[in-house]
Amino acid sequence: MTKTITLAHGNGGEENNELITKIFYKHFKNDILEKSEDSALIEDGKLVMSTDSFTVSPLFFNGGDIGKLAICGTCNDLAMMGAKPKYLTCSVIIEEGFPTRELEKIIRSMKKELEVNGAVVVSGDTKVVPKGAVDKLFINTTGIGEVKQSGISASALKEGISILVSRDIGRHGATIFSAREGISLDSNLESDCASLYPQIQALIDAKINIVALRDATRGGVSAVLNEWAKASNVCIEVEEEAIPVQEEVRGICEMLGFEALDLANEGTYLLAVTKEDEARALEVLQRTHKSSAVIAMVSREYEGRVILKSSWGTKRFLDLPTGELLPRIC
Amino acid sequence: MSDLELKNLYDDFRDGKTIKAYAKIINENAKKLKKPINIMEVCGGHTHTIMKYGLPQLLPNNINFIHGPGCPVCIMPKERIDHAYVLAMQEDVILVTLGDMIKVPGSNGSLQDARAKGADVRFVYSPMECLKIASENPTKKVVFFAIGFETTTPMTAVLVEQVIKQKVPNILFHINHVTVPEVMVELIDSRDEHVDSYNNRIDAFLGPSHVSVIAGSKIYEKFPKEYGRPVVVTGFEPVDMMQGISMIVEQFVDERCELEIQYKRVVSREGNLKAQALIDRYFEKVSLFRWRGLGNVPNSGLKLRDEFSEYNAEIVYKDVLPIAEIEDHKLCICGDILRGMAKPQECTIFGTACKPTSPIGSCMVSSEGACSAYYKYGNIL
Repeated sequence: MTKTITLAHGNGGEENNELITKIFYKHFKNDILEKSEDSALIEDGKLVMSTDSFTVSPLFFNGGDIGKLAICGTCNDLAMMGAKPKYLTCSVIIEEGFPTRELEKIIRSMKKELEVNGAVVVSGDTKVVPKGAVDKLFINTTGIGEVKQSGISASALKEGISILVSRDIGRHGATIFSAREGISLDSNLESDCASLYPQIQALIDAKINIVALRDATRGGVSAVLNEWAKASNVCIEVEEEAIPVQEEVRGICEMLGFEALDLANEGTYLLAVTKEDEARALEVLQRTHKSSAVIAMVSREYEGRVILKSSWGTKRFLDLPTGELLPRIC
Repeated sequence: MSDLELKNLYDDFRDGKTIKAYAKIINENAKKLKKPINIMEVCGGHTHTIMKYGLPQLLPNNINFIHGPGCPVCIMPKERIDHAYVLAMQEDVILVTLGDMIKVPGSNGSLQDARAKGADVRFVYSPMECLKIASENPTKKVVFFAIGFETTTPMTAVLVEQVIKQKVPNILFHINHVTVPEVMVELIDSRDEHVDSYNNRIDAFLGPSHVSVIAGSKIYEKFPKEYGRPVVVTGFEPVDMMQGISMIVEQFVDERCELEIQYKRVVSREGNLKAQALIDRYFEKVSLFRWRGLGNVPNSGLKLRDEFSEYNAEIVYKDVLPIAEIEDHKLCICGDILRGMAKPQECTIFGTACKPTSPIGSCMVSSEGACSAYYKYGNIL
């Protein structure tokens, strides 16, 4: 570890992993935590629990705001374990001087998103701190969900499994980036910020056997694929051309030198299913987003690694994103 | 008329069928080569394209790449990175620079580390952002740490012009702009003690197209004429590069040695004369610029002209800036890599002690450096 924590330690990529394993896992070590899933299975696998803090800047962006994000973020972590989000807590740290109207707008947006999930906030806390102690407003939410489909796990991938993405990728990262001060881009781009439980419910109702499921937040699709390849010790072969990326996101990547695969999403997930379920799963996904697609398959060629295959027959490894991508994206 | 969409600028130039078609032509023609050829892609952007798109996987064994020194972040010697760090740590300074500079470690740490210690470091995509930062922070000095080749120099020159015109009192410049042809000469012609052994390794150059958009293709005319090295000015998309490589191979098959332009859609012989004039108005050559990994290269760097010294951070802050030259780690072989003497994998610390997250040598520090590109993309060959 470096002597001081840098912004790169919060990137959802390699440095972030180092911070978590070398400091937090080291001291908090227990069997549940070490599974390192989106949320923790508790009470013999009947319930899941997850927590997340939200520091996004700007607070309001195309397609959402910090409130919507705070509900989606935690509920999605629960949904990714095949669970229905039920009970949430909500802690808010507010900077002195923050406009009450904006606070109410944010809380209203949280309420709306809770309704989408069918969840309720059952406990909360507020702190107000002097100017400069936080930037405007930070929110933490913790949630408990009831498992509807069990057995979903990052370490369950086997040769021949298909991987699908639920929609076009990279929107949230690209939206926040273009909204930031200092980067003056005019764009109509909207964040993908959305609650995913309804879509997961649809998959469960369609009796799709979900092998693995994860929303591609910080670190983007690259991070999820790499985590899966490592956790299951398999090779994931991605067809680069099959990955759906919206034109404006591609444009922003071109200009700023990013890879859409590394950009954060807040309402986009990867789904691993058996080959037999692939077509049906795609049909369910496409009910919500036409852009969803089968993007990869699991093999044994390079165990623990992700390969990106081009349409002209070359291959390369796709690694975890490193360095400071963009702080305070969620 | 419909608007030109951004995708029109790259879609066709990444077309799989076209790339395959060029691969076929190159492979056919390469059979006629009398000896293997080593092509230096001078620019880090080219290195990045080669590795990202896996181009070596499509080429025959008798065509090799030597990855050149054209990454402005990689070639920055440590003492100048220390300048950036020291400037950033000044109470009254906001240090502004371009992207990758932020993670390059100097002897005290990187700008990222400086920021973690409380320094105000900002990265921008356009130097013009400095004007806004300066007006929002009138009690601070905004130091623009300028890096880059001919491509970014005009943007810095425009900022200098605006600072002077608008009489902005709180913007200073730390200039680290360097030029491409001078380092190419150094690589093929120098009789420096390091260099004897690599004199004949570079058979041809792929010249970076964006440099010639500004400086014209004329800057490369001497290479075929005086040094016997063909140059093809080439774009950055994979189709561009495959075509550029194909043009070089054809020159060797036809026993020609010429300057050619692949990137005809933008590059002319003269380049952008307005930009050249602007650069000339504010900058002059320094007799020696020290390149990380290569040492002193004559006439390869720029500085603010003396009449603009009041804007020169190196002069304004001369009392706090370190002057000693700092050598790279003993095990680092970046110098050999930049000269085409070695490939990144031949380095004993490649991928072990030296990684993109903790770079030791210059070629690992930026995504455009050869080692970094090999680390990220190059392990399936």
